[in-house]
Amino acid sequence: MDKSEDLMVIIRHAPHNSNWLREGLDAALVAAAFGQSVRLLFMGQGALALCKEQQAGAPGQKATLPTIDMLEMYEIDQLNVPDQTLEELNIPLASLVNGVTPLSESQVKALFSQPRLIFNF
Amino acid sequence: MDYGLLVMGAPYSQPAPHSALRFAHAILARGHQLAGVFFYHDGVHNASSLMTPPQDELNIREAWKALHEQHGVPLDVCIAAALRRGVVSESEAARHGYTAFNLEAPFELTGLGQLLTLQQRCQRLITFAN
Repeated sequence: MDKSEDLMVIIRHAPHNSNWLREGLDAALVAAAFGQSVRLLFMGQGALALCKEQQAGAPGQKATLPTIDMLEMYEIDQLNVPDQTLEELNIPLASLVNGVTPLSESQVKALFSQPRLIFNF
Repeated sequence: MDYGLLVMGAPYSQPAPHSALRFAHAILARGHQLAGVFFYHDGVHNASSLMTPPQDELNIREAWKALHEQHGVPLDVCIAAALRRGVVSESEAARHGYTAFNLEAPFELTGLGQLLTLQQRCQRLITFAN
Protein backbone atom coordinates (compact mmCIF):
# COMPACT_ATOMS: atom_id res chain seq x y z
CA MET A 1 0.00 0.00 0.00
CA ASP A 2 1.61 3.26 -1.07
CA LYS A 3 0.18 5.55 1.62
CA SER A 4 1.23 3.37 4.52
CA GLU A 5 1.70 6.36 6.81
CA ASP A 6 -1.89 7.47 6.50
CA LEU A 7 -4.21 5.87 9.07
CA MET A 8 -7.91 6.45 9.58
CA VAL A 9 -9.40 5.29 12.87
CA ILE A 10 -13.19 5.02 12.83
CA ILE A 11 -15.02 5.26 16.15
CA ARG A 12 -18.54 3.82 16.04
CA HIS A 13 -19.31 3.29 19.72
CA ALA A 14 -20.52 5.78 22.33
CA PRO A 15 -18.54 6.38 25.51
CA HIS A 16 -19.35 4.52 28.74
CA ASN A 17 -21.23 1.44 27.53
CA SER A 18 -18.13 -0.44 26.45
CA ASN A 19 -14.39 -0.09 26.13
CA TRP A 20 -14.48 0.35 22.34
CA LEU A 21 -13.96 4.10 22.44
CA ARG A 22 -11.07 4.00 24.91
CA GLU A 23 -9.25 1.23 23.10
CA GLY A 24 -9.90 2.82 19.71
CA LEU A 25 -8.40 6.08 20.92
CA ASP A 26 -5.44 4.14 22.36
CA ALA A 27 -4.74 2.69 18.91
CA ALA A 28 -4.91 6.18 17.36
CA LEU A 29 -2.56 7.63 19.98
CA VAL A 30 -0.01 4.85 19.60
CA ALA A 31 -0.06 5.23 15.81
CA ALA A 32 0.46 8.99 16.15
CA ALA A 33 3.27 8.41 18.66
CA PHE A 34 4.88 6.11 16.06
CA GLY A 35 4.80 8.94 13.55
CA GLN A 36 1.78 7.96 11.46
CA SER A 37 -0.56 10.69 10.31
CA VAL A 38 -3.89 9.83 11.92
CA ARG A 39 -7.41 10.92 11.07
CA LEU A 40 -10.32 10.13 13.39
CA LEU A 41 -13.79 9.64 11.95
CA PHE A 42 -16.62 9.50 14.48
CA MET A 43 -19.64 7.78 12.94
CA GLY A 44 -23.07 7.10 14.41
CA GLN A 45 -23.02 6.72 18.19
CA GLY A 46 -19.28 7.34 18.10
CA ALA A 47 -19.97 11.07 17.63
CA LEU A 48 -21.16 11.21 21.25
CA ALA A 49 -17.51 10.88 22.26
CA LEU A 50 -17.04 14.47 21.10
CA CYS A 51 -19.75 16.06 23.26
CA LYS A 52 -18.06 18.64 25.43
CA GLU A 53 -18.41 18.92 29.20
CA GLN A 54 -19.18 15.22 29.60
CA GLN A 55 -18.06 13.53 32.82
CA ALA A 56 -16.85 10.06 33.74
CA GLY A 57 -19.61 7.52 33.30
CA ALA A 58 -21.15 4.93 35.56
CA PRO A 59 -19.03 1.87 34.62
CA GLY A 60 -16.05 3.01 36.68
CA GLN A 61 -14.01 3.94 33.65
CA LYS A 62 -11.96 7.07 33.38
CA ALA A 63 -13.61 9.79 31.33
CA THR A 64 -12.55 9.79 27.69
CA LEU A 65 -12.99 13.50 27.11
CA PRO A 66 -9.52 14.35 28.51
CA THR A 67 -8.09 11.97 25.89
CA ILE A 68 -10.09 13.69 23.15
CA ASP A 69 -8.84 17.04 24.41
CA MET A 70 -5.20 16.01 24.19
CA LEU A 71 -5.35 14.54 20.67
CA GLU A 72 -3.90 17.75 19.32
CA MET A 73 -0.74 17.22 21.40
CA TYR A 74 -0.27 14.04 19.39
CA GLU A 75 -0.78 16.01 16.18
CA ILE A 76 -4.14 14.34 15.58
CA ASP A 77 -6.04 17.37 14.37
CA GLN A 78 -8.33 15.74 11.84
CA LEU A 79 -11.51 15.01 13.80
CA ASN A 80 -14.36 14.31 11.40
CA VAL A 81 -18.07 13.64 11.81
CA PRO A 82 -20.46 12.97 8.93
CA ASP A 83 -23.21 15.62 8.59
CA GLN A 84 -25.63 12.72 8.49
CA THR A 85 -24.58 11.54 11.97
CA LEU A 86 -25.11 15.00 13.46
CA GLU A 87 -28.52 15.16 11.85
CA GLU A 88 -29.60 11.68 12.92
CA LEU A 89 -28.53 12.17 16.54
CA ASN A 90 -29.71 15.78 16.54
CA ILE A 91 -26.36 17.03 17.86
CA PRO A 92 -25.57 20.67 17.06
CA LEU A 93 -21.93 21.20 16.08
CA ALA A 94 -21.71 23.79 18.89
CA SER A 95 -22.17 21.08 21.52
CA LEU A 96 -19.05 19.25 20.34
CA VAL A 97 -15.46 19.99 21.31
CA ASN A 98 -13.52 22.51 19.23
CA GLY A 99 -11.79 21.47 16.07
CA VAL A 100 -14.37 19.02 14.71
CA THR A 101 -14.88 19.16 10.95
CA PRO A 102 -18.24 17.90 9.67
CA LEU A 103 -18.15 16.06 6.36
CA SER A 104 -20.73 15.84 3.61
CA GLU A 105 -21.78 12.46 2.25
CA SER A 106 -19.52 12.83 -0.78
CA GLN A 107 -16.55 13.79 1.43
CA VAL A 108 -17.10 10.67 3.54
CA LYS A 109 -17.30 8.58 0.38
CA ALA A 110 -14.06 10.13 -0.84
CA LEU A 111 -12.30 9.11 2.39
CA PHE A 112 -13.20 5.49 1.73
CA SER A 113 -12.47 5.53 -1.96
CA GLN A 114 -8.72 6.05 -1.59
CA PRO A 115 -6.43 3.24 -0.50
CA ARG A 116 -5.58 3.83 3.14
CA LEU A 117 -5.09 1.97 6.38
CA ILE A 118 -8.25 1.81 8.45
CA PHE A 119 -9.13 0.57 11.93
CA ASN A 120 -12.75 0.22 13.01
CA PHE A 121 -13.71 0.47 16.66
CA MET B 1 -1.58 -12.54 -0.64
CA ASP B 2 -0.36 -11.61 2.85
CA TYR B 3 -3.13 -11.43 5.42
CA GLY B 4 -3.24 -10.29 9.03
CA LEU B 5 -6.14 -10.84 11.44
CA LEU B 6 -7.35 -8.54 14.19
CA VAL B 7 -9.57 -10.42 16.65
CA MET B 8 -11.60 -8.30 19.08
CA GLY B 9 -14.43 -10.64 20.12
CA ALA B 10 -14.42 -12.90 23.18
CA PRO B 11 -14.68 -16.68 22.77
CA TYR B 12 -18.02 -18.32 23.64
CA SER B 13 -19.70 -14.89 23.79
CA GLN B 14 -19.24 -13.74 20.23
CA PRO B 15 -18.72 -15.53 16.92
CA ALA B 16 -15.70 -13.37 15.99
CA PRO B 17 -12.92 -15.70 17.23
CA HIS B 18 -14.41 -18.77 15.59
CA SER B 19 -14.99 -16.90 12.32
CA ALA B 20 -11.41 -15.65 12.44
CA LEU B 21 -10.06 -19.14 13.00
CA ARG B 22 -12.05 -20.55 10.10
CA PHE B 23 -10.94 -17.66 7.90
CA ALA B 24 -7.32 -18.34 8.88
CA HIS B 25 -7.57 -21.97 7.83
CA ALA B 26 -9.40 -21.07 4.64
CA ILE B 27 -6.76 -18.62 3.40
CA LEU B 28 -3.89 -20.94 4.32
CA ALA B 29 -5.63 -23.78 2.49
CA ARG B 30 -5.73 -21.59 -0.61
CA GLY B 31 -2.02 -20.92 -0.43
CA HIS B 32 -2.10 -17.40 1.01
CA GLN B 33 0.17 -16.26 3.83
CA LEU B 34 -0.97 -15.35 7.32
CA ALA B 35 1.50 -12.84 8.77
CA GLY B 36 -0.01 -12.80 12.24
CA VAL B 37 -3.04 -12.65 14.50
CA PHE B 38 -3.45 -9.74 16.91
CA PHE B 39 -5.87 -9.99 19.85
CA TYR B 40 -7.28 -6.72 21.14
CA HIS B 41 -10.31 -5.54 23.12
CA ASP B 42 -12.34 -8.56 24.37
CA GLY B 43 -10.36 -10.74 21.96
CA VAL B 44 -7.62 -11.03 24.59
CA HIS B 45 -9.73 -13.71 26.33
CA ASN B 46 -8.82 -16.07 23.48
CA ALA B 47 -5.40 -16.39 25.09
CA SER B 48 -6.57 -17.58 28.49
CA SER B 49 -5.06 -20.96 29.29
CA LEU B 50 -7.66 -21.40 32.03
CA MET B 51 -10.62 -21.54 29.66
CA THR B 52 -12.36 -24.84 30.25
CA PRO B 53 -15.21 -25.48 27.85
CA PRO B 54 -17.08 -28.81 28.09
CA GLN B 55 -15.06 -31.62 26.53
CA ASP B 56 -17.37 -31.96 23.56
CA GLU B 57 -16.88 -28.28 22.61
CA LEU B 58 -13.97 -26.73 20.76
CA ASN B 59 -11.29 -25.28 23.06
CA ILE B 60 -10.54 -22.17 21.05
CA ARG B 61 -7.26 -21.45 22.79
CA GLU B 62 -6.02 -24.91 21.80
CA ALA B 63 -7.24 -24.26 18.26
CA TRP B 64 -5.18 -21.05 18.05
CA LYS B 65 -2.20 -22.90 19.50
CA ALA B 66 -2.58 -25.58 16.82
CA LEU B 67 -2.68 -22.88 14.14
CA HIS B 68 0.61 -21.55 15.48
CA GLU B 69 2.18 -24.99 15.64
CA GLN B 70 1.08 -26.02 12.16
CA HIS B 71 1.75 -22.77 10.33
CA GLY B 72 4.04 -20.70 12.57
CA VAL B 73 1.54 -17.86 12.83
CA PRO B 74 2.49 -15.36 15.59
CA LEU B 75 -0.27 -14.85 18.19
CA ASP B 76 0.16 -11.38 19.69
CA VAL B 77 -1.99 -10.06 22.52
CA CYS B 78 -2.29 -6.38 23.46
CA ILE B 79 -0.76 -6.08 26.92
CA ALA B 80 -2.90 -3.15 28.11
CA ALA B 81 -6.17 -4.74 26.99
CA ALA B 82 -5.14 -8.10 28.48
CA LEU B 83 -4.01 -6.89 31.91
CA ARG B 84 -7.16 -4.79 32.25
CA ARG B 85 -9.22 -7.96 31.72
CA GLY B 86 -7.18 -10.31 33.91
CA VAL B 87 -5.23 -12.07 31.16
CA VAL B 88 -1.72 -12.17 32.62
CA SER B 89 1.57 -13.83 31.69
CA GLU B 90 3.91 -15.41 34.23
CA SER B 91 6.27 -12.42 34.27
CA GLU B 92 3.42 -9.90 34.60
CA ALA B 93 1.93 -11.99 37.42
CA ALA B 94 5.25 -11.89 39.25
CA ARG B 95 5.54 -8.15 38.67
CA HIS B 96 2.09 -7.54 40.16
CA GLY B 97 2.48 -10.07 42.97
CA TYR B 98 -0.21 -12.45 41.72
CA THR B 99 -0.26 -16.15 42.55
CA ALA B 100 -1.57 -17.26 39.15
CA PHE B 101 -1.16 -16.49 35.47
CA ASN B 102 -3.16 -17.56 32.44
CA LEU B 103 -1.23 -16.50 29.36
CA GLU B 104 1.50 -18.74 28.01
CA ALA B 105 3.40 -19.32 24.79
CA PRO B 106 2.66 -19.39 21.91
CA PHE B 107 0.59 -16.32 22.86
CA GLU B 108 2.71 -13.26 23.56
CA LEU B 109 1.87 -10.05 25.36
CA THR B 110 2.93 -7.13 23.23
CA GLY B 111 2.12 -3.49 22.52
CA LEU B 112 -0.21 -1.88 20.02
CA GLY B 113 2.83 -1.01 17.92
CA GLN B 114 2.84 -4.65 16.89
CA LEU B 115 -0.68 -4.25 15.49
CA LEU B 116 0.37 -1.19 13.49
CA THR B 117 3.37 -3.08 12.13
CA LEU B 118 1.18 -6.04 11.18
CA GLN B 119 -1.23 -3.73 9.36
CA GLN B 120 1.60 -2.13 7.41
CA ARG B 121 3.28 -5.43 6.63
CA CYS B 122 0.31 -7.35 5.24
CA GLN B 123 -1.78 -6.56 2.20
CA ARG B 124 -5.10 -7.15 3.97
CA LEU B 125 -5.84 -6.76 7.66
CA ILE B 126 -9.18 -8.38 8.39
CA THR B 127 -11.04 -7.40 11.57
CA PHE B 128 -13.26 -9.82 13.48
CA ALA B 129 -15.00 -7.59 15.98
CA ASN B 130 -18.21 -9.16 17.23
